[in-house]
Amino acid sequence: MNTGTTYRKLAIEVMPVTKAEDRKAVEVPLKMVAENLSFFYRQTQALRGINIQIKEKHITALIGPSGCGKSTFLRALNRMNDLIPGTRVEGRVYIDGQDIYAKSVDPILLRRKVGMIFQKSNPFPKSVYENVAYGVRINRYAQSKAELDEIVEKSLQDAALWDEVRDRLDSSALGLSGGQQQRLCIARSLAVKPDTLLMDEPASALDPISTAKIEELILDLKKRYTIIIVTHNMQQAARVSDCTAFFFMGELVEMDSTIKMFTNPSRKETEDYITGRFG
Amino acid sequence: MHRHFEDQLDELKERMLFMSSLVEKAIGMSLDGLNHRDEAQATRVIAELEPQINELHLELDERALQLLALQQPMAVDLRFITSTIKINSDLERMGDQAVNMAQRALSIVAQPPLQPVIDIPRMAAITQKMVKDALDAFVRRDTELARQVVLRDDEVDSYRDLIFRELIAQMIKDPQHILQALDLILVSRNLERIADHATNIAEDVIYMVLGRDIRHHAEEKALVKDE
Repeated sequence: MNTGTTYRKLAIEVMPVTKAEDRKAVEVPLKMVAENLSFFYRQTQALRGINIQIKEKHITALIGPSGCGKSTFLRALNRMNDLIPGTRVEGRVYIDGQDIYAKSVDPILLRRKVGMIFQKSNPFPKSVYENVAYGVRINRYAQSKAELDEIVEKSLQDAALWDEVRDRLDSSALGLSGGQQQRLCIARSLAVKPDTLLMDEPASALDPISTAKIEELILDLKKRYTIIIVTHNMQQAARVSDCTAFFFMGELVEMDSTIKMFTNPSRKETEDYITGRFG
Repeated sequence: MHRHFEDQLDELKERMLFMSSLVEKAIGMSLDGLNHRDEAQATRVIAELEPQINELHLELDERALQLLALQQPMAVDLRFITSTIKINSDLERMGDQAVNMAQRALSIVAQPPLQPVIDIPRMAAITQKMVKDALDAFVRRDTELARQVVLRDDEVDSYRDLIFRELIAQMIKDPQHILQALDLILVSRNLERIADHATNIAEDVIYMVLGRDIRHHAEEKALVKDE
């Protein structure tokens, strides 16, 4: 396998439903490639030889029953699992052709480029402004207060939150509603200029309207970011994603375009899960 | 809040309208080919319009399936999508009937002209109006217009029977021209089928807008119980 050299491959996909006369196969660059990725929590093997390709500026959903390894896999993509003692990784994960588990890689830098949004939103116990400015400041992305203000405003706009908080930037972030806090966490991630966003059940704690807002936001964000979203809500995966990967018992059972997965999957296990016949 | 789903519904509707315009055009051109003994028009229906209509037929079903599978539409959205699947099917069949008429036109042009059957252009005019009104009713969600289309179907059926009798009389009187007469009988049958499909579309529009199924002559009840 390539160790030091850059590694980029192109995947062919047919455009999603378009006018008959416009359809053609296009090449789509890959953002991430996992090769034979296995993961162990001490003696327990949580991921078994995962081989997966994540397309750039697409939304990939990871679905599967509880305990199937989808969240573990997600965390492996920005080395969040490193923070858990007793864990071991085998195999490779390439982002933009570079192996993220190579010794030369700084995991902190990685986590800035590959941001993470958690199921339970976790804003800092600071003001709305400070939540977004904090990362910008410690990374020295702004040369002046004016520039910092600009970045904060843009991040909040990109997270579809600006209009709701523009008059209360100095108020505590903890005073925002659940949906607003989650969008604040997204703004916080966006402020440090990632190119990929990992979202672990970002809307499961939210009511239907807040969920719809987050879903619309995710659909808008894919114009500029590669997004991978873990969700136990299959309908959400169907609404939002371009590609869907079905995990089961630590293995990647099937991955394909979302429309194919939800209308005509190749594997029976996938179909059983999607139709609710499973367990 | 803007929803990507709304964009996809709009796209589905837009593509449906494009297909409807092609079908209306195909019907018009095949009738032109017939009335003016114009081979070129008839050939264009077969060679150019039909392939496009067939491709759209596949595309529209695929779009609708994708919306159902991925967006879990409810209520008015669900009725809209299932109605477009049905209307799509009727439109494609209307396209086929237009092609059949175009083929009749080519056959007729190849033979010496027959005494014009006045009732065919009349029947054609009513049929084309029914098609136009059914499609307008779909665009404007106009259930009143749709109901009128449904009511006119009987008139078209009567014309077909009338033309049938006229042409049989002609064939008996003039056996030299049986082939042309048969072609014209087939054309009247094509028109009657097109009118049936327009009626189906009108019924689907009523279901789509009101959620009421008036098929199979339940329309009398629908008319009486006006809201």
